[in-house]
Amino acid sequence: MAITLKGFALGVATAAVAGTIALSGMTDRALAAGEAEHPPELDWSWTGPFGTFDRASAQRGLQVYSQVCASCHGLGQLYYRDLTGLGYTEDQVAEFAAQYQVEDGPNDQGEMYMRPAEPSDHFVEPFPNEAAARAANGGAHPPDLSLIIKNRAHGFGSIGENFLAMLQVRGYSSGADYVHGLLAEGYVDPPEDVNLLPGQYYNKFMGSGAIGMPPPLYPDGVEYEDGTEATVDQQARDVSTFLAWAAEPRLEARKQTGVKVLIFLAIFTGILIAVKRRTWASVKH
Amino acid sequence: MSSHSAPSFKNPVVRWVDSRLPVFSYMHAEYGTFPMPKNLNYFWNFGALAMVVLITMILTGIMLAMQYTAHTEHAFDSVERIMRDVNFGWLLRYIHMNGASMFFIVVYVHIFRGYYYGSYKQPRELLWILGVVILVLMMGTAFMGYVLPWGQMSFWGATVITNLFSAIPLVGENIVTWLWGGFSVDNPTLNRFFALHYLFPFLILGVVILHVVALHVTKSNNPDGIDVRGPQDTVPFHPYFTAKDSVGLGVFLLIFAFFVFFAPNYMGHPDNYIEANPLVTPAHIVPEWYFLPFYAILRSFTDDWWFFSWFLSWLMTAKLAGVLAMFGSLIVLAVLPWLDTSKVRSNRYRPIHKWLVIAVLIDFVILGWVGGKPAEEPYVSIAQWSTLFYFFAFIVLTPIIGWIERPRPLPASISEPVLKGGATTAKMEKS
Ligand code: HEC
Ligand code: HEM
Repeated sequence: MAITLKGFALGVATAAVAGTIALSGMTDRALAAGEAEHPPELDWSWTGPFGTFDRASAQRGLQVYSQVCASCHGLGQLYYRDLTGLGYTEDQVAEFAAQYQVEDGPNDQGEMYMRPAEPSDHFVEPFPNEAAARAANGGAHPPDLSLIIKNRAHGFGSIGENFLAMLQVRGYSSGADYVHGLLAEGYVDPPEDVNLLPGQYYNKFMGSGAIGMPPPLYPDGVEYEDGTEATVDQQARDVSTFLAWAAEPRLEARKQTGVKVLIFLAIFTGILIAVKRRTWASVKH
Repeated sequence: MSSHSAPSFKNPVVRWVDSRLPVFSYMHAEYGTFPMPKNLNYFWNFGALAMVVLITMILTGIMLAMQYTAHTEHAFDSVERIMRDVNFGWLLRYIHMNGASMFFIVVYVHIFRGYYYGSYKQPRELLWILGVVILVLMMGTAFMGYVLPWGQMSFWGATVITNLFSAIPLVGENIVTWLWGGFSVDNPTLNRFFALHYLFPFLILGVVILHVVALHVTKSNNPDGIDVRGPQDTVPFHPYFTAKDSVGLGVFLLIFAFFVFFAPNYMGHPDNYIEANPLVTPAHIVPEWYFLPFYAILRSFTDDWWFFSWFLSWLMTAKLAGVLAMFGSLIVLAVLPWLDTSKVRSNRYRPIHKWLVIAVLIDFVILGWVGGKPAEEPYVSIAQWSTLFYFFAFIVLTPIIGWIERPRPLPASISEPVLKGGATTAKMEKS
């Protein structure tokens, strides 16, 4: 009797906790999916408990970013020095940074001056301010891409699908699915009933359908240094991988630490269970 | 408090201090020899877990505050800097962020434990009320903390929630301006929220101490909900509950760590990784998940809801009704000891009320679910009926069931769970 009641009580508790956790992650995500078409889900290198960023792909992605996207989109949270995290040497990073000009000063004449960027500088912005960015883009504002993969990660659909994806450690990869989909598959002919303003394009993954960004990727639009064939899909995957790294450069450290912490806690909890059993062995209850 | 058998400490320094300031004797009495009912199940772990999370939040919070900048121009970037450049900053931030969710999960289970086993009843009413006070303070703390990273949800959540005070008749608008320190949520708001977010956890700690003092007067309830009859019913806190609480802690830390390291953003909202922008309203403004049940109650009160137009529209606006109902849902919890007319504590022995408890739990989860949905059908109706049920269950059904229910016979004592017929029930009711 006592055992079944205890089991019942614990069952209710477990169900409540599991239910809460499942529900807690669902806020609003199914919605976001419902508004526009759901982009295809890809296998990303950094998902799963042991996931790491595919360095070759991320390096190609940097190339796409700097040759294509950087003319419109900033990457304000990054410093050039962060690129060592992608496998570049310090010299390569210094050389990369030096291509860009940053404003510095004032000098001892009290004047601002331009100098080549250094690894300790932030990525240079394409526009001096938002108004300039809008003026150059037909009124639309190209968002900063530093966190785009995280802030477009609206999940995988229903509460259940999101819960499952959470257990599979897919993290914010739905944001990468979105950016990849937007760039590689989103630009299609608009349906009859859609009216686009001048300077707008139709993209089936955009919430409203209309986007102020002209299709940025073309086959062989970049020439990859490693000789990979630059299809639109390949470029979209590579730039999404790069941006996923840019959104959280500490992701790998987080997962590697996590594996050790969980192993330690599992063993430690096992010992605690054994101690508790022994302690309570003589108590009738 | 408990029977002090002043221990003789071997260490001379400890003895010296203890004879002048008996902290060691106190710890010994309250956490060493303190008598605990021996039939407690794992539900009784959650209080200790809440304490661990509170300390974790305070420690990680203080370390974050050393790197955080409370200014609208810098707050978002300073949090990103913590994530990227501060050594183990990502760890601190993710612990703090998920710790808030864990805190609510633990406290909700802890409250449910008290509800199911009747821990709110005589003589533990004040202990229970202090618990509700802690919940309210936690909600305030978490709400203000969520504003600090200055993302889109931070800003718009703060705007929506502070605007609620405008529902107060006559002075509402003035109060909102005063809360904001201006005419919109802006830098002064962020500054005071940071100051208060730093302060509140210490208020919580203070109330938690009172909560524990009260607990050590009344001692723990237990799954049978009957009084301890003598030493045969109890075991000393140490080593028995130090061992048992440690098991719970180990399991809890495993779950907590899983979220911190492998799903740190699962319980958050992606829009909060977009810097706050007063000119762009997000498509759906949703509070953090732990507020959703209360948010659903708040939003239930619409002008066209029959319940509102029949009973309340002559007296107040729908907005004010919603705000009052939201606070009312917590007040109802606080007065539960007097709404429940049954003397039997544990729902193990309450064949009817037990189903009410389970129904309220389900109702609460449903409220949480619809709270995260847009204000459209069928969610609005579901929220409204669930809101009605919440109040109906506590205000009407709880007292009535207490009167009409025939409890099952209680065990004679904890160590003797063999049922001895109705005689014990009678004895119980007299005491
Ligand atoms: C010619 C300028 C231009 C280039 C080049 C460009 N973009 Fe954009 N992008 C924009 C503008 C303008 C918007 C804003 C569109 C809007 O809000 O309607 C935008 C929006 C976006 C969005 C956000 C869509 C959303 O969900 O709101 C993403 C993601 C994006 N761009 C990625 C990229 C990537 C990756 C590249 C490089 C491969 C790139 N863009 C190249 C101008 C550009
Ligand atoms: C009751 C305990 C506490 C709760 C429930 C709590 C809750 C929260 C929440 C929900 C956030 C937003 C997390 C995010 O999305 O980034 C936050 C942020 C923050 N909290 Fe706390 N907190 C607590 C204690 C403290 C304490 C004691 C401090 C010390 C000053 C503190 C300092 C901060 C700082 C600096 C931030 C902003 C950094 C960030 O957003 O990560 N917190 N808190």
